Amino acid sequence: MKKETNNALIKPLGDSALIVQLGEGIDPSIHKLVGELTRLLEIHPFNGYIESVPAYTSLTVYYNPYIVHQSITDGLPKSPFRYVSVYMENLVQKIGKQPGSEEKLVTIPVVYGGEYGPDLEYVASHHGLSPDEVIEIHSKNEYLAYMIGFAPGFPFLGGMDERIATPRKETPRTSIPAGSVGIAGLQTGVYPLETPGGWQIIGRTPVDLFLPDQQPPTYLQAGYKIRFKSISVREYTRIKELKS
Amino acid sequence: MSFQVVHPGLLTTIQDLGRYGSQKYGVIVGGAMDSYSLRIANLLVGNDEGEGTLEMTLVGCTLRFERDLLIAITGGDLMPAVDDKEVPMWRPVLVRKGSLLSFKSARKGCRAYIAFAGGLVVPKVMGSKSTYVRAGIGGFLGRALKKGDSLSCGELNATSRSFLQQLSKLQRHFAWSVNHETIIRLGQAQTIRITEGAEYDQFDEMSKQRLIEELFVLTNSSDRMGYRLEGPPLALNEKTELLSEGVTYGTIQIPPNGQPIILMADRQTTGGYPKIAQIISADLSSLAQLRPPGTIQFEVVSIEEAENELWKNEQIIASLKIGIQLKV
Repeated sequence: MKKETNNALIKPLGDSALIVQLGEGIDPSIHKLVGELTRLLEIHPFNGYIESVPAYTSLTVYYNPYIVHQSITDGLPKSPFRYVSVYMENLVQKIGKQPGSEEKLVTIPVVYGGEYGPDLEYVASHHGLSPDEVIEIHSKNEYLAYMIGFAPGFPFLGGMDERIATPRKETPRTSIPAGSVGIAGLQTGVYPLETPGGWQIIGRTPVDLFLPDQQPPTYLQAGYKIRFKSISVREYTRIKELKS
Repeated sequence: MSFQVVHPGLLTTIQDLGRYGSQKYGVIVGGAMDSYSLRIANLLVGNDEGEGTLEMTLVGCTLRFERDLLIAITGGDLMPAVDDKEVPMWRPVLVRKGSLLSFKSARKGCRAYIAFAGGLVVPKVMGSKSTYVRAGIGGFLGRALKKGDSLSCGELNATSRSFLQQLSKLQRHFAWSVNHETIIRLGQAQTIRITEGAEYDQFDEMSKQRLIEELFVLTNSSDRMGYRLEGPPLALNEKTELLSEGVTYGTIQIPPNGQPIILMADRQTTGGYPKIAQIISADLSSLAQLRPPGTIQFEVVSIEEAENELWKNEQIIASLKIGIQLKV
């Protein structure tokens, strides 16, 4: 009888980390497997495991090779890299059979346009739409946070409507305020920290995406579903005041 | 208050072994660029090896001591002096109240570490004292040190007290010091060992040869986030768009211009450029001590060899711990 197996490609990342790749392309079903593997590893960590980072198609696993080395007993691969590879391959065989975890939907309030979204007009005219139509399209879709990276709490979102896909600015801004909501090609995202950047900024959220004093330290996590909601400047100010 | 910053130097930050466990939230690891030097500095003053220290870069700081303090200076040679008198590195040193500890520019290596007995009193953020400048968290008020900053050191343990008392009686420096040369190399022409990266096979044959046969120069646009190298261009067999994924300290990425970027302590958590190779952990400290325009000769080893080099270094540190305890 042929055993049904999941295909995983173990890619090396030196002597203290490795990457488990579970497929190719931006695809919610592959991403779901990555999420399952992440949870499974957190529940069943090996000795020497430090942490892991889920991405679109892969999970990067960080470990302390010296602790792995010290806990390897007879009959197991002597090299920590080989040991962790085998461990992860075995874990991969257990995914895809479990019911998916509860999907969390998070709404992000956004003031679109004006001083909060200086590029809204540009994005609209680029597509022959009105600013209101851009807002409607941007706040209608449900997005999937495939991964968090680039900056603390910054979500790589999938699921944006092609009708508002807009190239980056020719000259990046030297400073974009924290909370800015931007578009770059087919991507949309929110800047958690004030940074330079070339994205088209269409609005700003009063919500803090990076919360260093809390656990977890970010508002969003990989796997969350996200929806943007248009709010007034008054509501923006009220939410800001509530926080302080 | 234990000491005050008279001159901050070029970039002086509090660093420990880094902030682990929050990379999935996009929070960088940070921490010491040269972690062996940090660990040794801490062990020399009786601290836990991962305690927060001051990391200086290229041009060191000047500190006024408000108390007698036991310290150890390790890493690159930034010409440390107490009241203008040269002070030895790689051993515990007693600095008297009212003295000025000063550094100049790097004469060997790139970064120096000062460990203070009792550690630096700053709150841990997400489990670490490391300064994350861009997010404004950790370390001293989330930033590099400035003129006028006052810092405090913690309580001394038995090892620290013993060294402090020995040095008070001795009225001179210890004659013994740690030999760091087997694990931290401070030269400006380094052989750095690498393992093949995840996308190594996707590079053309000429690029693979160039990687190990030619020299790469460390450029001025290198910092705690990344080392940018200049050398013969490296290219993929065919252009491919990669998706971003988790990367680590020492990952060598090749952006479209073909010039390598080595991800360093303050790297972003994820990256989307092809990864041609990975610096072995045992060589990261030596790499961190290279300053522009130092040169790198890469040498490919297997992962098992990389692991063995790591055990060797860990054994050296383990015997160092025992050696230091014997001096108590």
